[in-house]
Amino acid sequence: MTVKELCEKNGYEALCLPEPDREVTGGYTGDLLSWVMGRAESGDAWITIMSNLNIVAVASLADPACIVLAEGVSPDDGVLQRAETQGVNILRSVKDSFAVSAEIAALL
Amino acid sequence: MADCVNFHFDIDGDNFTSAGEASVRIKKLLRQMEFDAEIIRRVSVAMYEGEINMVIHADGGTADVNVYCDRIEIILKDNGPGIPDINLAMQEGYSTAPDNIRSLGFGAGMGLPNMKRYTDGMKIESEVGKGTTIYMTVNA
Repeated sequence: MTVKELCEKNGYEALCLPEPDREVTGGYTGDLLSWVMGRAESGDAWITIMSNLNIVAVASLADPACIVLAEGVSPDDGVLQRAETQGVNILRSVKDSFAVSAEIAALL
Repeated sequence: MADCVNFHFDIDGDNFTSAGEASVRIKKLLRQMEFDAEIIRRVSVAMYEGEINMVIHADGGTADVNVYCDRIEIILKDNGPGIPDINLAMQEGYSTAPDNIRSLGFGAGMGLPNMKRYTDGMKIESEVGKGTTIYMTVNA
């Protein structure tokens, strides 16, 4: 399943989709950035409520397939621009992290 | 490739949001050199944790990356307050980061443990009041 397919199937809002064909192979949910870098795997959908610029750096380095912002949070200024230039996909859902995790897990 | 290629970065201690720029650049450079994706991920994550630590605790510092055919060495140097108890600092969950840093999602006490986890060798030299130098090696 690609990020674009995940976005369409679950009705997420595509805030930034520079690499829509990235394959989603797993998922990781967490807001502590070092924890995410230590545990998330390449290809994961990373579900979080963090919305600052550092999520782009973390995603760029830990290499998840996409970030899914839960609870409808809005990214801080500059996040989407940097994500676009660094090839980081960012989706958004109004649901909470638990619900998003469950619905993504059901598709994997 | 030459026997060794060196990259030097100055880590800005004032700008928390730009932390990680050196790591991202190293990631791109290693990708151009066609290193394995997992090796690149390990190097860049370990380096990013180091960058963040230098910004949080030491008002910045320097990062030197030496790229060999068979390994990548990362040397992080700062003139910060130093680490009084390295064994304690290496424990997962131990952190001295202030609340404003924690609110950004850092300060979980995973920085140094992640650096060790993602590298094949790590050595810390630290003197209280003078600074810290961390040597890391990832075998390619």
